[in-house]
Amino acid sequence: MPSRSLLLDERAIARTLQRMASQVVEQNRGTEGLLLVGIQRRGVELAERIARLIETAEGVDIPRGKLDITLYRDDLQAVGARPVVGETRLPGSLDDRTVVIVDDVLYTGRTVRAALDEFADFGRPRRILLCVLVDRGGRELPIHPDIAGLTITTRPGDRVDVSVSELDGRDAVELARGD
Amino acid sequence: MPALGKDLIGLETLTADQIRLILDTAEPFKEVSERAIKKVPALRGKTIVNLFFEASTRTRISFEFAEKRLSADTVNVASAGSSVSKGETLVDTARNLEAMRIDMVVIRHGSSGAAQFLGERIASNVINAGDGKHEHPTQGLLDLLTLRDRFGSIAGLKVAICGDILHSRVARSNIWGLTKLGAEVAVCGPPSLLPRHVEELGVTVLPRIEDAIAWADALNILRLQLERMQAGFIPSLREYNRVFGVTRDRLARAPKDLVILHPGPMNRGVEIDSDVADGPFSVILPQVTNGVAVRMAVLYLLAGGTTAVSAAARGEAT
Amino acid sequence: MNPILIRGGRVIDPSRGADGLADVYLADGRVGAVGRGIVPGEGAIIVDASNKVVAPGLIDLHVHLREPGQEDVETVATGAMAAAAGGFTAVCAMPNTDPVTDNQAAVGFIVSQAQKAAKARVYPIGAISLGQQGEQLAEFGELVGAGAVAVSDDGKPVVSSQLMRTALEYARTFGIPVADHCEDPTLAAGGAMHEGLVSTRLGLKGVPAAAEEIMVARDIILAELTGGHVHLCHMSTRGSVELIRRAKEKGLRVTAEATPHHFSLTHARCEDYDTNAKMNPPLREPEDVEAIRRALKDGTIDVVASDHAPHHYDAKEREFDLAPNGILGLETALGVAIRDLVVPGVLTLAELVDRMSTAPARVFHLPGGTLAVGAPADVVVFDPAEKWVVRPEAFYSKSRNTPYGGETLTGRTEVTIVRGRVVFDRTRG
Repeated sequence: MPSRSLLLDERAIARTLQRMASQVVEQNRGTEGLLLVGIQRRGVELAERIARLIETAEGVDIPRGKLDITLYRDDLQAVGARPVVGETRLPGSLDDRTVVIVDDVLYTGRTVRAALDEFADFGRPRRILLCVLVDRGGRELPIHPDIAGLTITTRPGDRVDVSVSELDGRDAVELARGD
Repeated sequence: MPALGKDLIGLETLTADQIRLILDTAEPFKEVSERAIKKVPALRGKTIVNLFFEASTRTRISFEFAEKRLSADTVNVASAGSSVSKGETLVDTARNLEAMRIDMVVIRHGSSGAAQFLGERIASNVINAGDGKHEHPTQGLLDLLTLRDRFGSIAGLKVAICGDILHSRVARSNIWGLTKLGAEVAVCGPPSLLPRHVEELGVTVLPRIEDAIAWADALNILRLQLERMQAGFIPSLREYNRVFGVTRDRLARAPKDLVILHPGPMNRGVEIDSDVADGPFSVILPQVTNGVAVRMAVLYLLAGGTTAVSAAARGEAT
Repeated sequence: MNPILIRGGRVIDPSRGADGLADVYLADGRVGAVGRGIVPGEGAIIVDASNKVVAPGLIDLHVHLREPGQEDVETVATGAMAAAAGGFTAVCAMPNTDPVTDNQAAVGFIVSQAQKAAKARVYPIGAISLGQQGEQLAEFGELVGAGAVAVSDDGKPVVSSQLMRTALEYARTFGIPVADHCEDPTLAAGGAMHEGLVSTRLGLKGVPAAAEEIMVARDIILAELTGGHVHLCHMSTRGSVELIRRAKEKGLRVTAEATPHHFSLTHARCEDYDTNAKMNPPLREPEDVEAIRRALKDGTIDVVASDHAPHHYDAKEREFDLAPNGILGLETALGVAIRDLVVPGVLTLAELVDRMSTAPARVFHLPGGTLAVGAPADVVVFDPAEKWVVRPEAFYSKSRNTPYGGETLTGRTEVTIVRGRVVFDRTRG
């Protein structure tokens, strides 16, 4: 029977996001040119929260966008299933911006690769940073996070589930061990 | 979620859920057409043939844009000058395409049933871009999408389809799509251009255009073809305009702001006057925009086979 | 030739009102005796007909044998064999061949091909007009002299009422019927199926029932005017049935036929654009099928005739409105008729034998249709109850265009005898 453990509770998530928000500003050396783009789904809610934290701390408006990478998946042909495509909305041009990709869990790296491909069709950012709440290891591509809230090691059968109150009614990061 | 099957032959055989799936899928594709780089790699590597036995510029171009924006490779086969005009049968054309390992065929043909005929004989996906007088499903879908954009939902909407219903595949597809999604549908036109038993399809017959204008929330105005006059179904185009034309004066007497649709190309001054076509309630141009998105959605869904909520959307990381 | 004793079957002979167990003895090409316990002569062939029906051979007044001109889809020989396999001892071949059978040489050709085939008899029907062009009368006298038993421009209607009138009057000289394909060409033009709800849904141009009824009415009026005998081909609508019923009440010389598909299938069969459901006149509505069945019962429609119309597989394998009209009928007619008329109790078996044998002989003044002593030895032995699945690939016809493929029919021919010789025996294949 798979066991399930709580890695981060609501308070721990809040603290982690706070730290991640300051790391974003730190790595960008300020707020100039920042654009936070959340990956559908839950990355969108996290990007929103981090943007608001930065706005509170720094007193400036931080633009955000949402990106659905379904049409850029590298397994689209093989899978056969036609996933429902979510909304993509990016404010203005990407040129000369520092785009911060925000996602809940980083695993194989394929979602991020798809996002990078999709950005290329929109413009040419000055810089792209990757910011994830959980890095669970298991990379299949040479992708690394610039900011990671929590770094753990997992096995292929494990699941890392992130819940956000906006969608799931609660905040939690849980690990379900598979056998 | 319900799969669409191998082919899109018509709306008669789709369920309401399947129709809604296509409309919902068209939404994100609208956004792709607004980007600077209007391309996503979703159908990269797929070969699609546009097999048009009837001349058509707008539908063919719309499909071609849809295919190219999905990064598919497209080939156009028009009937004039092709092996088709040299008497090659539809069966042989189909088999040749299959031998070239085409993934999808978009077919427009003058015979009702031609799309189904092709779909039964080749393994490629077949999309009906208009077969005889039978159906033109992507037109029906884009009309539904346009109405949904305008009104929020189709259920309970009153839509009058006006003109030559007898010869119209657009009318039939609209009747199926609208009735399945819960709209009230009426048809309006001279009796010589209404098919027998049309009420049994779930529509009301309104004898005069004034009745349609007084009743409907939206009018879908069909193109009246010159051949109908020549074949004696109506005495003249001028008379048609005087008796059945949607003019500004007639619309002025409407109890509400009627939304105007037209599948195009328009015969200005026959079934529709210019000031109506270009007026504030016309959604004719949005129909064209939606046409590309709807066709992208159809190609995308058929290329896959079944649908599933994406892993990312389910919350699983990849 | 050897005499034949058909022993122990249920002999149904509508010409004498007979229906009961008996033996039938055939000798010298004629019916020698019918009765119980016949003792056969030397060298007689015994046909065991226990649990079978023995009847005068079936006669089909309306078939298309395609020879000359389209020998790739059927010939007189293959058609005559298909007929024999279907229980028919005689068929009448329509003249819309290529070239049209509108002269004595053409009629003679068909007669001689039939003799060579030596299967079912084939009686040619000559054209009404030269080339079936609807303008100039063909030489009825020559046609009849060469062997024609009727005249028709079938395939097409006789559009000119003046020509139809003249044909009816002139045909009286020779005592032959004028068979008309009733279709108003302007109403029917371009139609691919019956005009109704199904044609609306499929987006196909339809042929209204009125297209047939208008010409039926015209032909009845001309029959009255001329005193001629008009035979109405392949009736398909309830309106036509009504018109014929009233004409017969008035005692006019009007006879009519209906095909098995018109009393067994409706326009719903055209769904999925199946070209094997495409013929002219088209399949109609359930109410029309009902009316045809009742008309066969009360004799308003005199005979069942198949309108056997072979077509090449490639010709039918195409878009519905471009496919040619017509389906096969000879090898399925009896099975469809028993399944859809006798089993549901619309007709008794004796009534069916009348509509398929005795009445056709009467209507076209042909020998046969009877097992009276001295009559030609044209006999069919069939199993009225056997259920069998139609396999078109096993047809004797050269063609395969039937909507009944894979269906189970009731009633099957066992032995067919023409002129006292066995021309079909199912046990020998």
